Amino acid sequence: MTRMLLLVAGTLVALSSPVLAAEPRTNLADVEDEVMCPICGTLLELAEAPQADRQRAFISELIAGGRTKQQIKDELVAEYGPRVLALPRGSGFELSAYLVPAIAFAIGTLALALGIGRWRRRPGPPDGGRRPPPSDEDAQRLEADLARFDL
Amino acid sequence: MAVLAVVGLLGFGLLSKGEAQISVGERAPDRSLPLLEGRGDLAIADFRGRWVLVNLWASWCDPCRDEAPELERFWRRERDRGVTVLGINVQDNSDDARSFVRAHGLTYPHTRSIGDERSAAFGSTGVPENFLVDPHGRLAMIWRGPVDERLLAERVTPLIEEAR
Repeated sequence: MTRMLLLVAGTLVALSSPVLAAEPRTNLADVEDEVMCPICGTLLELAEAPQADRQRAFISELIAGGRTKQQIKDELVAEYGPRVLALPRGSGFELSAYLVPAIAFAIGTLALALGIGRWRRRPGPPDGGRRPPPSDEDAQRLEADLARFDL
Repeated sequence: MAVLAVVGLLGFGLLSKGEAQISVGERAPDRSLPLLEGRGDLAIADFRGRWVLVNLWASWCDPCRDEAPELERFWRRERDRGVTVLGINVQDNSDDARSFVRAHGLTYPHTRSIGDERSAAFGSTGVPENFLVDPHGRLAMIWRGPVDERLLAERVTPLIEEAR
């Protein structure tokens, strides 16, 4: 009985061990398309320099340690600085990367809405848009042209 | 108005990315940086009263590998004569940088700059680059490239000797 209890306890300990807790939560491909190789100045997944391989090895170690993608990005920022992130962060000057397009879109939409509203409210011609009837001369020429093309 | 705002933001972005222009006689850019090995920070100002040869380097840089033994020899020769060599590791993986220091048996102090903020402060265009800072914290020489025995003997040492 004691041996059975020990076996169960051992199994439970093994199941909760760090080895199993370190199951990969992300993979290299998932991370390297979202971070830069700061030395190469390109996206890490496109970089072929030896430094990029060292960065990949660094990421692989973190993946093997069970870190999440966000934790890995945080470690990369601590190691290489904020420029390692391919996407700008949502604070400081980098916030403008998100704000400027949004503001430009809002201003464009507003300008378009105002323009359409103004165009629709524009008064039409005084006679309601009806055109004056053609003069006798024009009417005769029209009749003659139509007769010429009449099949 | 919106166009002006966008142009203004773009201009600010470009200007804020611009590298600093430094020249001889100016105060050396300085900031406390974490030591590459061990705890604590170090700044050029911590060596006030001594000449400091600041060396920007990275472990992946081949010329840095060539100049490291020269810098170590220079440091061993001059350290008791009021001269310090200070390595600033930039744009690097910290483990690789520590391995580099051990592999070359470098005993002069090294700090680590995360990202390229320090490179920008020195107007650096690459590594290695070397800056001689006088005992008052002013730049006495800017050398954008690796140093060798000849350069240290013909350019750096005379500047120090003249001031003694």
